[in-house]
Amino acid sequence: MTPGRTEALAMLRAMIRVRRMEERCAEDYTQGKIRGFLHLYIGEEAIAAGVIPYLSAKDAVIGTYREHGHALLRGMPATEIMAEMYGKLGGCSRGRGGSMHLFSRDLRFYGGQAIVGGGLPLAVGLALADKLRGTGAITAVFFGDGASAEGVFHESLNLAALWRLPVLFVCENNRYAMGTALEREHAETELYKHALSHRIGAESLDGMDITAVADAAKRAIERVRETAAPWFLECMTYRFRAHSMFDPDLYRDKAEVEQWKQRDPIPAFIQRMAACITRSDVEAIEAEVADEIAKACAFAEDSPLEPVGDLLREVRAP
Amino acid sequence: MKLSYREAMREALREALRTDPRVILMGEDIGKYGGTYAVTHGLLDEFGPERVRDTPLSEAGFVGAGIGAAIGGLRPIVEIMTVNFSLLALDQIVNGAATLRHMSGGQIEVPLVIRMATGAGRQVAAQHSHSLENWYAHVPGLRVLAPATASDARTMLGAALRERDPVVIFEHVQLYNLEEELADPLPAADLDHAAIRRPGDDATIITYGGCLPRALAAAAALADAHIAAEVIDLRTLRPLDEAALLASVARTHRAVIVDEGWRTGSLAGEIAALLGEHAFWDLDAPVGRVCSAEVPIPYAKHMELAALPSVDAITAAVKAVLA
Repeated sequence: MTPGRTEALAMLRAMIRVRRMEERCAEDYTQGKIRGFLHLYIGEEAIAAGVIPYLSAKDAVIGTYREHGHALLRGMPATEIMAEMYGKLGGCSRGRGGSMHLFSRDLRFYGGQAIVGGGLPLAVGLALADKLRGTGAITAVFFGDGASAEGVFHESLNLAALWRLPVLFVCENNRYAMGTALEREHAETELYKHALSHRIGAESLDGMDITAVADAAKRAIERVRETAAPWFLECMTYRFRAHSMFDPDLYRDKAEVEQWKQRDPIPAFIQRMAACITRSDVEAIEAEVADEIAKACAFAEDSPLEPVGDLLREVRAP
Repeated sequence: MKLSYREAMREALREALRTDPRVILMGEDIGKYGGTYAVTHGLLDEFGPERVRDTPLSEAGFVGAGIGAAIGGLRPIVEIMTVNFSLLALDQIVNGAATLRHMSGGQIEVPLVIRMATGAGRQVAAQHSHSLENWYAHVPGLRVLAPATASDARTMLGAALRERDPVVIFEHVQLYNLEEELADPLPAADLDHAAIRRPGDDATIITYGGCLPRALAAAAALADAHIAAEVIDLRTLRPLDEAALLASVARTHRAVIVDEGWRTGSLAGEIAALLGEHAFWDLDAPVGRVCSAEVPIPYAKHMELAALPSVDAITAAVKAVLA
């Protein structure tokens, strides 16, 4: 369904915020301000931007190690995200987690999970807690095609279906598990079929098209909330950058990457919405986002480091 | 009241379910079947399938779900059939439950209790008999308990549920049938201190879990030979009650550690190192260790017994440090 002007501007703004923040992360990485692993979501923004804004505040969200955008769109201030990346005390996790471990208890954003597939059973448990406590909340869990080959993926789908729990599984199928192509990691490459075999309603959709994602997500969220049963969205997508900043990206054809870049969800959406989004709208969003990111980086720069004396803080049985 | 260790643990679970609506039990065959070791027998009928949940054979899945449910406001108690099977959930426990509080800057608490059977002696061979307590005791972010008496089984679970961090409880399979008269009222729960189970001045035997009855039998045999061995039950394997160990060794000047884990990389090794660091000048003899033989635990009865710490091996080790 074609969104109205207000929703369209919100969608565009969401995708641009994630894109520009991560482009800045890449720059800061090359300058040594961000270290460790840094996994960029660039190219895949339509998924988080098409799902997360449609959840309610009481719902829970679990992301992977490629979760900067999910955290931002869930409402985590860019200041806290950038400070976390810089390893500073002002970061959401006091600089202890870094890029892969963004958390916010208040936003019910539970990671930042960097063991592939590890977030899936946590989502089952969160949904079980919400079901037994009668909160009416659902849990959205994001994961990729790589996680879908893990045993715990099947264990979690089975449990969610068997116990009829309100989990929205969002598979971000970017066609590569690090460097291993989809057809080299899965005998069944249509991953949503695994969900069907666990008796979970599932659909596959174009993850480069934010309107397709948002339409499916709105329906799925409503259905999960009403039936308290799980649902599975497989969003077909592609990451434009390497797996992480350490990855020389030798395993895919440059032509393939270029071909997918032609389907960049941001310009595609602007073009499609040309009737209601003007050039000055885009410029206004870009200016606002540039300001947000600049302020976030300044905050991160100025944030102090956690005192070394606090090293053992939060270990209760040392 | 006289209760077996099994009944004591069941009473503790029942009390938890009765007094806290957030408590749920999850695990393989804990409901309809009544529990592999019959610990949870009757609880499904009493509390219903929403709170006593039989799980599929998905250790990573249901332990992970326990972590998620704990984060989500419940107080789950997850039973894993044996420590050997817990290895299928090790990722969730070590990479997940143990890390979340510190890694999230203190935001995410995981008040989860994981119970599992451990140890050998039932001729169930090398995939159901191991003692891997030290694997868990190695990990910051966890608290690790090894109740060795019915009284501790009865009281430590409730205290574990009041913890705000994941707690792993080891129940040695040889203990389940042991009966004990429980004090009335019950003693206050204590997760921080080791206990002197038998006082003595000549040597300290340090042990935990399923080896406690063997250590006490050895101490009784030594008493016949006019050797007064003190027996310390660690009770909590992480964090270790270092002060209790050092105080005892300062009196006895000799120590033997009895641990059903394999010697290499064992808790016994950790404790020996602690004594070396902090009690070196108190010791009159090298620290002794009685551990399991370095083999996968065999099936045949005589071979299984030969692999495990025995009363005779403990008495011999104590005599050796006194020689």
